[in-house]
Amino acid sequence: MKPFTYERAASPAEAAAAARRHPDARFIAGGTNLLDLMKLEIETPSHLIDVNGLALDRIEATPDGGLRIGALVRNTDLAADPRIRRDYALLSRALLAGASGQLRNKATTAGNLLQRTRCPYFYDGNMACNKRQPGAGCAALGGVTRQLAVIGHSEACIATNPSDMAVALRALDAVVETVAADGSTRAIPVAEFHRLPGDTPQHETALQPGELITGVTLPPPVGGRQIYRKVRDRASYAFALVSVGAVVQPDGTARVALGGVAARPWRVEAAEPELARGARAAIDAILDGARPTQDNAFKVTLAARTLQAVLAEARS
Amino acid sequence: MKFDKPATLNPIDRLRVVGQPLDRIDGPLKTTGQAPYAYEHRHQAVADAAYGHVVGAGIAKGRITGMELDAARAAPGVLAIVTAANAGPLDKGKMNTVRLLGGPEVDHYHQAIALVVAENFEQARAAAALIRVDYAVAEGAYDLAATRDTAKKVDQSATATGDFAGTYAAAPVRLDATYTTPDQSHAMMEPHASVAAWDGDRVTVWTSNQMIDWGAGDLARTLKLPREKVRLVSAFVGGGFGGKLFLRADALLAALGARAAGRPVKVALSRPLMMNNTTHRPATIQRIRLGAGRDGRLTAIGHESWSGDQEGGGPETAVDQTRLLYAGANRLTQLRLAVLDLPEGNAMRAPGEAPGLMALEIAMDEMAEKLGMDPVAFRILNDTQVDPNDPERPFSQRQLVECLRQGAARFGWERRDGRPGSRRDGRWLTGLGVAAAFRNNLVTQSGARLRLDRDGRVTVETDMTDIGTGSYTIIAQTAAEMMGVAIDRVTVRLGDSSFPVSAGSGGQWGANSATAGVYAACVKLRDAVAQRLGFNSADAVFEGGQIRAGNRSADLAEAAGPDGLVAEDSIEFGDLAETYQQSTFGAHFVEVAVDAATGETRVRRMLAVCAAGRILNPKTARSQVIGAMTMGIGGALMEELAVDTRHGLFVNHDLAGYEVPVHADVPHQEVIFLDEVDPISSPMKAKGVGELGICGVAAAIANAVYNATGVRVRDYPVTLDKHLDRLPALA
Ligand SMILES: Cc1cc2nc3c(=O)[nH]c(=O)nc-3n(C[C@H](O)[C@H](O)[C@H](O)COP(=O)(O)OP(=O)(O)OC[C@H]3O[C@@H](n4cnc5c(N)ncnc54)[C@H](O)[C@@H]3O)c2cc1C
Ligand code: SF4
Repeated sequence: MKPFTYERAASPAEAAAAARRHPDARFIAGGTNLLDLMKLEIETPSHLIDVNGLALDRIEATPDGGLRIGALVRNTDLAADPRIRRDYALLSRALLAGASGQLRNKATTAGNLLQRTRCPYFYDGNMACNKRQPGAGCAALGGVTRQLAVIGHSEACIATNPSDMAVALRALDAVVETVAADGSTRAIPVAEFHRLPGDTPQHETALQPGELITGVTLPPPVGGRQIYRKVRDRASYAFALVSVGAVVQPDGTARVALGGVAARPWRVEAAEPELARGARAAIDAILDGARPTQDNAFKVTLAARTLQAVLAEARS
Repeated sequence: MKFDKPATLNPIDRLRVVGQPLDRIDGPLKTTGQAPYAYEHRHQAVADAAYGHVVGAGIAKGRITGMELDAARAAPGVLAIVTAANAGPLDKGKMNTVRLLGGPEVDHYHQAIALVVAENFEQARAAAALIRVDYAVAEGAYDLAATRDTAKKVDQSATATGDFAGTYAAAPVRLDATYTTPDQSHAMMEPHASVAAWDGDRVTVWTSNQMIDWGAGDLARTLKLPREKVRLVSAFVGGGFGGKLFLRADALLAALGARAAGRPVKVALSRPLMMNNTTHRPATIQRIRLGAGRDGRLTAIGHESWSGDQEGGGPETAVDQTRLLYAGANRLTQLRLAVLDLPEGNAMRAPGEAPGLMALEIAMDEMAEKLGMDPVAFRILNDTQVDPNDPERPFSQRQLVECLRQGAARFGWERRDGRPGSRRDGRWLTGLGVAAAFRNNLVTQSGARLRLDRDGRVTVETDMTDIGTGSYTIIAQTAAEMMGVAIDRVTVRLGDSSFPVSAGSGGQWGANSATAGVYAACVKLRDAVAQRLGFNSADAVFEGGQIRAGNRSADLAEAAGPDGLVAEDSIEFGDLAETYQQSTFGAHFVEVAVDAATGETRVRRMLAVCAAGRILNPKTARSQVIGAMTMGIGGALMEELAVDTRHGLFVNHDLAGYEVPVHADVPHQEVIFLDEVDPISSPMKAKGVGELGICGVAAAIANAVYNATGVRVRDYPVTLDKHLDRLPALA
């Protein structure tokens, strides 16, 4: 770990100002991802801005009937909130499928959205990685890729985004709210939040340097059966091989987002009408253009079968 | 004490303390955080310990062409940097295949090439990251399947009995199948950790090690010191599973770092380093051929196994159980060893039998199906009571059939549907599986020293280790039983190379051999007590803190006198192990559920029935067996070191990438110990049981998965991708 300085910010404006003063600073929330990466010197900020005191830890109703989740709301509290459980069960279920109880007690909404990939080569400083060191190459390509992406990847990077929560937020059309280092605010749909790697896998989100997430808003409840199905090699405490987040309406229409297949939660709205023709057809459309490796080709079949089971459960 | 005749009636047979399900005597220390593990040692001698951080090689094979240390040397808090260039002349330990400190040649990925010592841990780690190393990378061999044809035959474990080839070719029912098991990591909780302190030319290392005598010997050898200049202490061990049988880099580098820094130094391997820096269970490719008559009797049994290791290393002895488990006149077993440049392979969690049974017991399931027989009945039919290669040589005890019968009755085996893929429970396909468990019982010399003090307390000292197994407790039970005192009157001190050399913990030889050593020392102490108090030791009874004969009795304390009474002895085993085959047996029954859509397998219930001699403490023994069954779940369903065959490393080198079972994976587990005493094995009439618990589990699970799905997977771990595309289409 590289030496760093540390400060606590008391308001979003103060945090933004601090970020302006320290261009290579990082915000620290629960620290469950950032600290691990700092120990391995994958993240090497010279300054940390602790955002835990920003009073962004509330879940509030929005005027249009939705909810606004503060950036610092802990994953445990979010999953347990009665409004979330009643109206956005998909989100609660996705959160509870992630990490462990202890981690969820620390992990925050913003931190979860920004957690970094679990590509094993990303964690080993001896291996080439374009995310860690742009231009170095990608050791994962041609290597062990069972966990890695089947769609949306590039010759530069084949990593996936590991967040379960993000899959639910994508299906629920959530919007990320931020304040930039210059104090300006904006709203970024989750659909546009995570970027595909292209030639610049080091740029993972739409955030600008120093931009602070203040919260996430959920549109008014959409009802339907809300199911999150996470598939993994052991029963708990493992990242998804594939996950399916679905909101299925009584008339059979549905929204579906997939986890574990790409660098962002994978949802293709245009393919959703295909759901009427069954899971296989829908997956063919959702994963159209997939380029799996030999190690992870099973993910395409797995996604189709899992979706089929989710749709059957929704109907039952 | 020489043990060369079967045991007769002795004080252990009273079973007042031995055989009782007593709590661990070290439990309170552990649950209150007062048991000092190696890295936490607060001994005065290491009060001002500095911290060492190990740098592992960034390539698998080649040569270091340059090492830039200046930045690290100048970093805050740095006291010393040890590399092969400045460590002084070093030898290689007898038990190490590869040097523990590499450079300039690099033998495997993450081989230690430097230790940075600093005032605190963070400084050492930060400085270590400043070291720049240049390498000339050499070609290496990292792919077992690709080097299979270059593998050489190994004499060890080879069998050629009868006419295997001819009988097999002519057998009316035949199976020829190939199975694979992956490289696996011990993944124990406590990392390899050591604190070293020099006093002049003597070094003491507080470490985490299973085999004190091997460790102390190899540390002396590596440092080129006389053996008596080295002391190793390992009082508590947070799991080893074979990964701590040997001297490893943490202990050597702590000693070298302390010498360089002129201060005590503590070193723990980081989790990412453990998987590639230390040893692992090597992958195997196993070919099994079985031939049988239509009556179900095996006539030909062939088992060949391929594994790889560094030059000078050894094979995974995966065919061992096949020499002894089933009857059949014509037999072939053969190991082949390829040279690989992966990290050093070595013992892990029942080496040999655990991976060997993973293959053999699937093969038996497949063969039963070909014969149209129930897998339990098929195994019972092919039982043997003698060594199949030498019918003159009986087993000392062999209750495999009884294990299978009791297990089948208890588990509800008759409810198993022999047609695979035919049972359904909601979204789950369910199935039952069985496998035989087999593990040889090894016995080895073991010593202990006993002291009786003036208030009648007994202290046992032996370099035996307790790696979470319960050694403290069963040793205390043994001494209490022999000396006729309550268990809370016994103090047990373990894991110190200044104590008598014991069997150590490995190969499930520890419990039986080490308690037998304590037994021997107790017999000596009883004699000394009797003699001092003028009793005839042959008819003296030790009971209630007293020695008694006829109507005369005296307190033990009286015999101790003001200076106490000390006795030391060791048990030495004669050739009973040659006259009799000593093995432990069991049967594993498993029910699994496989998600019909995703192919995920979850274990629902497990039962182990074990016949392993006298069970010294049913509580600690049960803990051993359920732990081993849990490891069996890992081996069956998830554990695999993923090899990058281009760069020569295990890629998933942390506990997020290398999955072991979590609580949610571990269902209802039941263990039954058959009533058995084995007078051939030792005066304790006990045998090993810990490793028996893992042997066969993975195959029982794999067989249950097959019974659930109708899809046979022969490559471990049985992950969903291996059967997904063959599962029935969804409705
Ligand atoms: C062992 C383990 C298992 C796990 N398993 C799962 C799993 O199964 N599924 C899953 O989804 N997740 C899993 N996780 C990941 C976990 O969900 C994340 O670590 C956690 O959500 C991160 O939240 P945090 O608040 O601790 O973030 P931090 O570590 O504090 O921060 C993460 C990143 O977000 C940035 N950041 C934090 N807050 C803000 C803000 N307000 N504005 C801008 N940037 C910010 C930080 O600078 C940093 O770059 C696992 C983690 C571990 C360690
Ligand atoms: S896949 Fe991406 S994260 Fe993984 S090594 Fe390649 S560039 Fe790095």
